[in-house]
Order: sequence, then structure tokens, then C-alpha cells
Amino acid sequence: MLDFSKNYFELFELPLGFAVDAKRLAERYRTLQAVTHPDRYVVAADHEKRVSLQASTQVNEAYRTLKDPLARARYLLSLHTGDPGTDSETSKDGAFLMEQMELRETLAEAQSSPNPHAAVARVLTHLAEQSAALDKELAGLFADPTSANLTSAREIIRKLQFLDKCRRDAEDLEGLIDGRY
Amino acid sequence: MPLLQIAEPGQSAAPHQHRLAAGIDLGTTNSLVATVRSGVAETLPDAQGRHLLPSVVRFSAAAAPVVGYSAQVAALDDPLNTIASAKRLIGRGLAEVKQLGGRLPYVFVNPDAAVPRIHTAGGDLTPVEVSAEILKTLAQRAEDTLGGPLAGVVITVPAYFDDAQRQATKDAATLAGLNVFRLLSEPTAAAVAYGLDHADAGTAEGIHAIYDLGGGTFDISILRLTRGVYEVLAAGGDSALGGDDFDRILAQWALEQAGVNDGADHRTLRQAMQAACNAKEQLSSTPTADLVLNLPDGRQWSATLDRAAFEALIDPLIDRSLAACRRALRDARVSVPEVDAVVLVGGSTRIPRVRERVAALFGRPPLANIDPDRVVAIGAAIQADLLAGNRPGDDLLLLDVIPLSLGIETMGGLVERLIPRNSTIPVARAQTFTTFKDGQTAMAIHVLQGERDLVDDCRSLARFELRGIPPLVAGAARIQVSFEIDADGLLRVAASELTSGITARVEVKPSYGLTDGEIAAILSDSRQHAGEDQLARRVREERVEAQRVLESLRAALTRDGDALLDTAERTRIEDAMTALAATLNSIDAKRIGDARRALEQACARYVERRMNHSIQSAMAGQRVDAFE
Repeated sequence: MLDFSKNYFELFELPLGFAVDAKRLAERYRTLQAVTHPDRYVVAADHEKRVSLQASTQVNEAYRTLKDPLARARYLLSLHTGDPGTDSETSKDGAFLMEQMELRETLAEAQSSPNPHAAVARVLTHLAEQSAALDKELAGLFADPTSANLTSAREIIRKLQFLDKCRRDAEDLEGLIDGRY
Repeated sequence: MPLLQIAEPGQSAAPHQHRLAAGIDLGTTNSLVATVRSGVAETLPDAQGRHLLPSVVRFSAAAAPVVGYSAQVAALDDPLNTIASAKRLIGRGLAEVKQLGGRLPYVFVNPDAAVPRIHTAGGDLTPVEVSAEILKTLAQRAEDTLGGPLAGVVITVPAYFDDAQRQATKDAATLAGLNVFRLLSEPTAAAVAYGLDHADAGTAEGIHAIYDLGGGTFDISILRLTRGVYEVLAAGGDSALGGDDFDRILAQWALEQAGVNDGADHRTLRQAMQAACNAKEQLSSTPTADLVLNLPDGRQWSATLDRAAFEALIDPLIDRSLAACRRALRDARVSVPEVDAVVLVGGSTRIPRVRERVAALFGRPPLANIDPDRVVAIGAAIQADLLAGNRPGDDLLLLDVIPLSLGIETMGGLVERLIPRNSTIPVARAQTFTTFKDGQTAMAIHVLQGERDLVDDCRSLARFELRGIPPLVAGAARIQVSFEIDADGLLRVAASELTSGITARVEVKPSYGLTDGEIAAILSDSRQHAGEDQLARRVREERVEAQRVLESLRAALTRDGDALLDTAERTRIEDAMTALAATLNSIDAKRIGDARRALEQACARYVERRMNHSIQSAMAGQRVDAFE
């Protein structure tokens, strides 16, 4: 097992914060897997193989968490407050929720529109823009993790969850449309 | 410049010991074995110089099974005892195979069972046993060529193979007496063969798409190669789409044209398939091909097929493969222009129409300079050589993914997805459950693979029965179940009750596979049949593992025992090593095993510490690199 006193940022030797250097993250990931991956222990004894499997699995989990903005944000929140929140929490922002409902209607209508592929692509672009804007806000909040800022961060994370779910539904729809060619 | 590894994790006490290893492409239609000799990976031919081994096995009452060309020749005359395309059956239930449109001219003993058994003159056999015969033949070929026993093999599987199919492949290897270093995805194997090929050209970095259309399966993988690390970004495909289907469509057309109805007998079917296959191959190099069928009523039917008509027949199948490609690109978040190279794998990619349409989708001509029939075996051989420890300076690393989401059945016939598809392996996820009834001591978890929300639309993998849960009030138990997928893509489930710390006993009931007990029984039978002393074997196995542990520890202590251990710990470990060494001449397997487990426990913390140390060294090494 890896040293559990280390959090994912420490494991990857990255500064604790929302902003992450993607290139450095990827390089460190490759280095860590080069050392821990089970492929390096194929002819080793069983007890070494077990440690390799655990370590490599943890490296993958850490990478997955740090790579995805939403997962990273929840992880940061849990490091700061001990509570990562759940993905069933709803946002409290009425205007935001209205906007989301409209997006979902657009998505529902996309299938019967004259160019369904373009309609879905437009929704995805819109979602990406909204997520990017929220990510920017999060970077600022986590850079100064006061109690008030963390509460605001929690609300933004709820919004990001919405956007994420909508994005996945849009991608599934894209697949469905494509499958029909 | 490759990263310098300051520590050498995992290398045993004999770092310069060369281990014999081979790569095996266990294909639907043809299989191959390859190995690295003098730094070159090559497929191995049989005595007649043929590299491909038809994946056909003929069973008879009196003689040993016959594998390959001779069996293939017998197929027309003895269809019920000559099994081909077992790869379409392994890890599948018969109902599933029928659903996938396969018409199988075999007699199944128990058509409703999870693992179908084929009735042959040589016994009632599972597809796993059929595949084992093919593996045995290829392993023998490798050992004869290399002049010694194989330390291990890398066996390739379609990237899109699910857990049941992978496990069945591993089971076949177990029955063949082979040590599997790794189950490797076929597209990744092809990528290895190509990636290294281009290393000299300096183009060994970038995003590669591997389009692998084999006899029975289609795989598409999108990979990124960065400084020796090959990361699979997405894997997709269709485990029931391949060259065989092209043959079938053409055979069906021929039978229809010939006025033969659906009730064609096995012999006519086989004949039509063979004629279709020949015509398909011919059309890759000539504009027309003739088909001739000798019908059961004595007539002979013949027709000439041109390319355009053939292409019209196969286009819908190609459509399916391209839709899978587009989905994989989406999953990988890669756009077509970002793909630097497209590689073609599998005999069916010789069809000009396939090449044309793949080129059209990716906007570039695909690469096929390595023989598409051999490239997978070659990649597997390179990987086998690497994993065996024969290439100490080579830092190639393959990071693969699971192709299908893993989930569990929840209330109302729904599936809750725990591990999403395209997660890099090894990967694990934990979920906490509780009990419904007071005093409940057992629990069943149904694990499935697939992307849909309903249990009925996903593929049942297995039922895991957890036993030995401490009896508590309903809802009080905290049973943490961990789902662990290893580097072969195989699932292992472990469970413990958190409030008491008790580990639950997990009994696996595979939905489409043989249980450990069944495999052991087959192995035991065949060993008994071969007159082997099973007790002696068990002692030998324990001894080998014990020696491995001792060797690795001796090497480790020499390297860093002083740095990482205090005197007390070191003494404890060395005492346990002495105790184990003392049992090596014992004929009591349990005694050796117990001493080994005691040693493993004694050095557990040391092994973890070594891992952390290796990580720190590697990260420090990278920091040094970064300053250059």
C-alpha cells in the first residue's frame, strides 16, 4: 500500500489547489505507473505482486481524481472540510436550474430537429463554456479556502454536477443518433 | 531520452537470467505463436513452414485431439467432432451464441447450461477445453523451437472481450499448463508491434487508432504513445463481428440463389461457408470470383460474383465497425484530425472495400505494412519478452482499460454502474451495503457488465455470495465490498464487515464460466489420466513459490536492507527466511506453504516500504530530468 499519509497532490508532487498543470500531471502519472504497474512484477513473488496491484490501483484512482475538474473539486473539498458532498445534492440557484431545464428541453427536441447532430453539438459547446466559467470561479475560491469560500465552492460543485450529468446525457444521445446513421 | 529508473523494482535475484517466453494470438479462425530471438520478434512456423495454425480441433474416441490443418481438412467429413471458432463460444452461454446469429453445426449436451458442452467422439467438452488444445500445440511449438520450457506466455484477447470471456481464456491456459504473464488486448499488441517499428523514425509518439477486424471479433482502440508509455484512451468494438460474418452473409446469399432453404444440412452449410470464404479472399485481388456448391439433391450450383455485388453485401457490416470507431473516438475525446496513424489488423482488413472505408473515416491511408495476420502475435511476443525480464533497459509500459462498465444489480432490476468503461486498469471501487433482516449472515451481489440501465440489457457476469457476516440487527452491518479489476481485466471481489472487521467468505458463481472447482476437477482428471502424482505436484509448486520468495527477499535485502530496516525487523525477517528454507526438503506441501505465508507476513511492511522508496527515487529522478 502506498503511504496513506500522503494525499493525491502529495503523491503526484503537485501544489494543493484547483489549478493543475495538465502536462506535469500526465508526466508524473507515467513515472508512477512505470514504478508500480503489475507489468513490472510479473515474475516477482506473490507478495510483491499484491503490493504492486494495490499501489498501481491507487495511482490510477489519484490520476482519475486529479484529471477531472469535478472530481478534483470534490476531492479538494473533502481535504479541506472532510465532506466531499454527494452527487445527489441539488443546487439552490433558481435561475441556474431554469437554465438547465431549458437545456434539457433543447436536448429532447434535438432528436427530431432537422440536424440532430448539430443540435446536440451546440448543447455540448454551451455546457463546456458554462463548466469552464465555473472552473475559473473554483480556482479562485480554492486558492483562498476560507469557510465562506468553501461553502460557495460546494454550491458551484453542485452546479458542475448538473452540467456533468447533462453532458453525459448529451453524449449518450450523440451515440444514439450516430448509431442510426 | 528514456527515464532512468534508479530503483529496479520487481527484478528477482537473477537479473541477467533469460527466461523463455512467447506471445500467442489465439484467434477465431487462425492462431499463431511468436517469440523474440536475438532481439527480433518472429512468428514460429510448423514443420511444413506454415505460421498460421487453423483454430480447429478434431476429437476422436481412440486418438489424441488433432489441431490445425489436418483437423480442418476433416471438418467437411466429420463436422460434429471437428470444432472450429471456439473463440465465439468461450465465456458465452449457448442462448447468447444463438442470439448472435451463429449457426453451430455441433451437438450440445446441455443447451440450457451456463457453459455449453459439445458432444464429440472424444468426450463432452467445453469450449475452454477446445481452446486449451490449441494453446498446447502452440506452446509445444515454441518450446521445441526455443529448446526449453516456457516461463510464461502473453495471450491476446479482443479488447472488447468481457470478464467472462477473458477468464475463460485464462482457464484454457491453465488447462494447457501455461503460466499467463498477461492477457493482452489485441489492438494494444498490434500497437506495440508498430510503435516499436517506428521508434527509429522518431515518430514513436502520437495518437494511434488500431482497427482490428479478425475472424470473429472487431476491436477499435485509440491509444496515445508518449515516451515509451502506451495509454489506451478508449476501447470499443463488437465481439460478434468479424470475417466469419462476411463469409456467412455471402454463404447465405449463395444458398438463397441456389434455392436451398434454411434447413440446409451441416455439410452443405460448411461447404457454403468454405466457398464464400474462398470467394471473399479471391475478390481482394481479382474483380470477380466464382462460387460452386454441390447440393444435397445432386445438383451443382454455380455463380460469378463481382466486387460491386460483394461490397453491397458487406457494407452493412462495415457500417457497424465504423459506428464503433466513431464512438471510441468520442469516448477518447479525440477528433479525427488528431489521429496520427491508423493501423489495420486482421486478415479481413485485406478486403479493399474495408481499407477504402476506413481511410475515408480517418481521412488518411491506413498502415498495413506488418502482415495483418501476424502483427498481434508479434506484439504479444515483444510484451512477453519484456514481462519476463529479458529487456532490462526497455521502459515500454502498456496502460490498458476495461472496455465495458461494471455494475451491480439493485432494486427493481436496475443496474448501478460502479466502474465506468474505459477506466484504466488496475482499478478498484468500494461500495458499502447493509443487511435487510435481523441476524442476516449472507448476501448475494449480482455483478454485470454493460452500459444499459436494466439488468436484462446488460451481461450477467457472476453472483458473488458473501458468507460469514456477523449476525446483527437489520441495517446495522456495514459490509464494504471492493470490486477490483486487475491488469488482465479480471474482476475480484472482497468483502468485510466494517464494525467487526470480519472478512466475509466470497463464493463466486460465474454466469458463463467454469467455477474454480470445475477447472480444478478437469485438471485433476487430466493429470490422473496422465498418471501424474498430484501430491508430488503440489509439493513441487509450493517449493517453487517458496524459492521465489526467498530469492526475491535475498536480492531486496542486499539492495536496501540496511537502508530500510532496523535490526529487530531484519532479524525477524531473516529468521522467517531460515525457517522457510528449512522446509524446502519437506514432502509436506502445507508445511512449506505455512512457512512461506509466515515469511510473507513478516516482510509485508518491508515490501511496502520498498515500493514507497522506489516511487520516491523515480520522482526524484524525474525532477533531475526536468532540469536538463
